[in-house]
Amino acid sequence: MALVPLNYYLILSAVIFSIGVIGVLVRRNLIVVLMSIELMLNAVNLTFIAFSRYLGAMAGQVTVFFVMAVAAAEAVIGLAIIISVFRHRQSLDPQEMQLLKW
Amino acid sequence: MTLPILFFYFIAALLVLASLVVVFKRNVVHNAIALVAALFLIAILFFTLHAPMVGVLQVLVYAGAIMVLFLFVIMFLNPTALERPRALGWGFGTVLASLLAGLLMAVMNHSETPADPLVATEIFGSPETLAKSLFTEFVLPFEIASVLLLVAIVGAVVLAKREH
Repeated sequence: MALVPLNYYLILSAVIFSIGVIGVLVRRNLIVVLMSIELMLNAVNLTFIAFSRYLGAMAGQVTVFFVMAVAAAEAVIGLAIIISVFRHRQSLDPQEMQLLKW
Repeated sequence: MTLPILFFYFIAALLVLASLVVVFKRNVVHNAIALVAALFLIAILFFTLHAPMVGVLQVLVYAGAIMVLFLFVIMFLNPTALERPRALGWGFGTVLASLLAGLLMAVMNHSETPADPLVATEIFGSPETLAKSLFTEFVLPFEIASVLLLVAIVGAVVLAKREH
């Protein structure tokens, strides 16, 4: 089945990762920024799985397993922070959170 | 042009489309639904890469649990009513990300990669082999991940609790 060259997967995940970077840089909604980070993590996961297949090593799949655990923790903590920030400021705009800006 | 390559192109085109919707649509609920679609498409790619267990986990954990959490938060906060017109840095961000994409693609296209995949055995990527390497070679990271999840649970409860 796997007749698709490895480079195709790598280029696809580079494109997905860059789309996620655009979301983190330009969106002004914290929830969408967090979603873009999830997209970037998934692009990296795709690279891990593709290399695992083409090098015949299970370590790549195990790494994806751990990335999923960390992503779940990150989403939970990130959304909890978003909720408490929204309670204090009634806003989800990251540009308005500049209390520590010099 | 063989059938697997055509199938890959089809999935890849849908995946890029879903990712663009995640980033560029203004409605947050549409973003979340498009992200679910993108995660499903990535799970399909995992299945074609002999990783059925990770693909199933992708659908269950990501497209299931994490996205339900996102939708719950969207429902609580109702952020569509508060969406600002647009940021200043759209052009800047897009140019920067395009440069990054070009750089990544150049590096990945010229890196030394095996042209042909190793012949996959029947058990490669099965739950059995994944569990075997998880509980022998990677048992310490596995335990650390469980502690991390516990800390995340406690942290989420503390953060989202209403102060008295």
